[in-house]
Amino acid sequence: MTAPAAPPRTPPAQRDWSWRSRHVRGLLYQLIALVIIGLAIWFLAHNTLTNMRVRGIQSGFDFLSSPAGFDIGERLVPYESNDPYWMAFLIGILNTLRVAIVGIVLTTILGTLLGIGRFSHNALVRGLCYAYVELFRNIPVLLQLLMWYLFLIQALPMAGEPKSIFGLFYLGAGGLAYPVPVWGLGQALAAGGALVGVGLAFLWARKARLHFEQTGQVRPVLLPSLGLVIGCALAGWLAGGAPTAWNVPKPGGFSMEGGSSLTPEFIAVLLGLTLYTASYVAEVVRAGIASVPRGQGEAASALGLSKGQQMRLVSLPQALRVIIPPMTNQFLNLTKNSSLAVAIGYPDVISISNTAINQTGRAVECISIIMLVYLTTSLGTSALMNWYNKRAAIKER
Amino acid sequence: MKKSLSRFALSTLLAAGALTALPAHAGKTLDAIKQRGQLICGVNTGLAGFSAADSQGNWSGLDVDVCKAIAAAILGDANKVKWVPLNAQQRFTALQSGEIDILSRNTTWTLTRDASLGLNFVGVTYYDGQGFMVPAKLKLKSAKQLKGATVCVQSGTTTEKNLTDFSRANKLDMKPVVFEKQEASTSAYFSGRCVAFTTDASGLASIRNKEAKDPKEHVILPDLISKEPLGPAVRRGDDEFFAIAKWVQNALIEAEDYGITQANVETMMKSDNPAIGRILGSTEDTGKLLGLDKSWAANAIKAVGNYGEIFERNVGPKSALGLPRGMNNLWSSGGLMYAPPIR
Repeated sequence: MTAPAAPPRTPPAQRDWSWRSRHVRGLLYQLIALVIIGLAIWFLAHNTLTNMRVRGIQSGFDFLSSPAGFDIGERLVPYESNDPYWMAFLIGILNTLRVAIVGIVLTTILGTLLGIGRFSHNALVRGLCYAYVELFRNIPVLLQLLMWYLFLIQALPMAGEPKSIFGLFYLGAGGLAYPVPVWGLGQALAAGGALVGVGLAFLWARKARLHFEQTGQVRPVLLPSLGLVIGCALAGWLAGGAPTAWNVPKPGGFSMEGGSSLTPEFIAVLLGLTLYTASYVAEVVRAGIASVPRGQGEAASALGLSKGQQMRLVSLPQALRVIIPPMTNQFLNLTKNSSLAVAIGYPDVISISNTAINQTGRAVECISIIMLVYLTTSLGTSALMNWYNKRAAIKER
Repeated sequence: MKKSLSRFALSTLLAAGALTALPAHAGKTLDAIKQRGQLICGVNTGLAGFSAADSQGNWSGLDVDVCKAIAAAILGDANKVKWVPLNAQQRFTALQSGEIDILSRNTTWTLTRDASLGLNFVGVTYYDGQGFMVPAKLKLKSAKQLKGATVCVQSGTTTEKNLTDFSRANKLDMKPVVFEKQEASTSAYFSGRCVAFTTDASGLASIRNKEAKDPKEHVILPDLISKEPLGPAVRRGDDEFFAIAKWVQNALIEAEDYGITQANVETMMKSDNPAIGRILGSTEDTGKLLGLDKSWAANAIKAVGNYGEIFERNVGPKSALGLPRGMNNLWSSGGLMYAPPIR
């Protein structure tokens, strides 16, 4: 706010600021807006706290360390009913993340295939993809979740009497039980080997790219990489004594013994969210591919690139720039829609906090936890996608 | 410019200060009810026998009759009630926020709820316990046979915790599947998602009667795994209304004790028994002490009958639910229903 250097009409320069100054007024308006927002928040918080105190409602987050006292049917980490509330919330958060992450991966794959299918030369494939998109994106997602869930539990045999598939898998209203390898030294070495394989594959891909840049000769990347990963994993497994023990599920009384299982709630949530969101992703992918001018492909052909190279090296990198930002929205939608899972009994973070609210009466606290969880997840997803977007965006030099 | 801005800032501050200084809750519940001419009563969204609406929107049930009795005692007309159907999660918030005057929604009286939710339990209108319903074809005799079973539960109730306690104590490793809505949890059970369904035994009878394709295909196991004293609750901080709700309920039990029924309440007015005279207000005006008419209890009994009649009509052996009177009998008949005297 220094005085103007060469005033054309020489205004009084003795004052640094004035009410007439646009800059000062702008600052003041912003300050007032900030104060009003601050007052509004303070008023809401203060009023809530006062009312709660007046009516004898206890508040605070201290309940998080007291024992939860309720069981959770589905959990990724060990949990006992006398573990504290924060553990119960953690189980719920992990369940939410589990369905969100698996859902995002499956949605991306399915949506991309559908989006590419819209450009197929085969009229049937094109038509089916179109019909799919129109059908699934026009039915509310909650309805779809309920439909899949009711369909699953109505169609499958009663809990307690599941249908056996080759004596290895068991399918019933209780869920899908499947065999898992018994974890031991061999499996650990195999997993370690696979990791080493991934590292080696990265090195190979880098070398192949350098080779291409120097000589112009293309070296295969995909098959050798796959071979490296599988080979290293196999070597680890053999070094660990080639264990072949599997933990096969057995029906025992009312539940399955051994093995691992997916519940119908998880399957229904995953199915519902994936199929719904994939219809949006398909449209995003379609728009992205359509945005690359036809001439680009023709130019690539003229340079002698194959069809696959055209897609991989010319079309896709340009389409990605258009695809990624709206894709972030779809991923966020999927994550937030997973909160509807509570309607069909999937123990996500909402379900857990409903129980916690009822048992402790700490509604404000539990709702804040939910908000924080979704905010963190969404901002995290956004940050990740923005980082990826920056990588894919046009680099202006 | 400067003046108007500072005036604006000042008025903003004053407005904010004035708003914040507003009292949390103004006016007494009784005055508010009399003024609007209506009692606002929170009930279950649909639990046959306790609170359920028919196709014309008329509510009936044991919990509903408690509210009708209170409306009759205060306003002289049992129909002056606004019904607010609530699910398990909404109920306490609705009462705390003043959306309803009284919560009469098969709610279990527990220490945590009484001490930390800002409400007062009025008394017990139904002594219940949590039980299990299983398909009859499993031929189970006891809930202790449910090892490893999946159990469908509705969230927002004390049920989940009782289930967990029972499962732990008996090393049953039961797996709860928790639903937000009662309809979802029962339809999951009837579709075969769970081996068993658990809630209060009275609720089981109600659900079996109303929602099962064939009620005979499902049995309610004899084990009751918890104490579930169900009763209405009012907001804390209004002792006058608390007392009214409490004493209307007591009057219904007292009426059964002294043989006052919906049919004979007029003739009983002329009774020589001084206790009956005090209840019905024909000799002494007990209503004045509560801030009500002297015929407060007589109006309540005229509207819905005594406790025994309410029980028989809604949930008793001859009703659709067919629940035995059991613990809910009068103390003089070996039950737990005992009201302090009206004098």
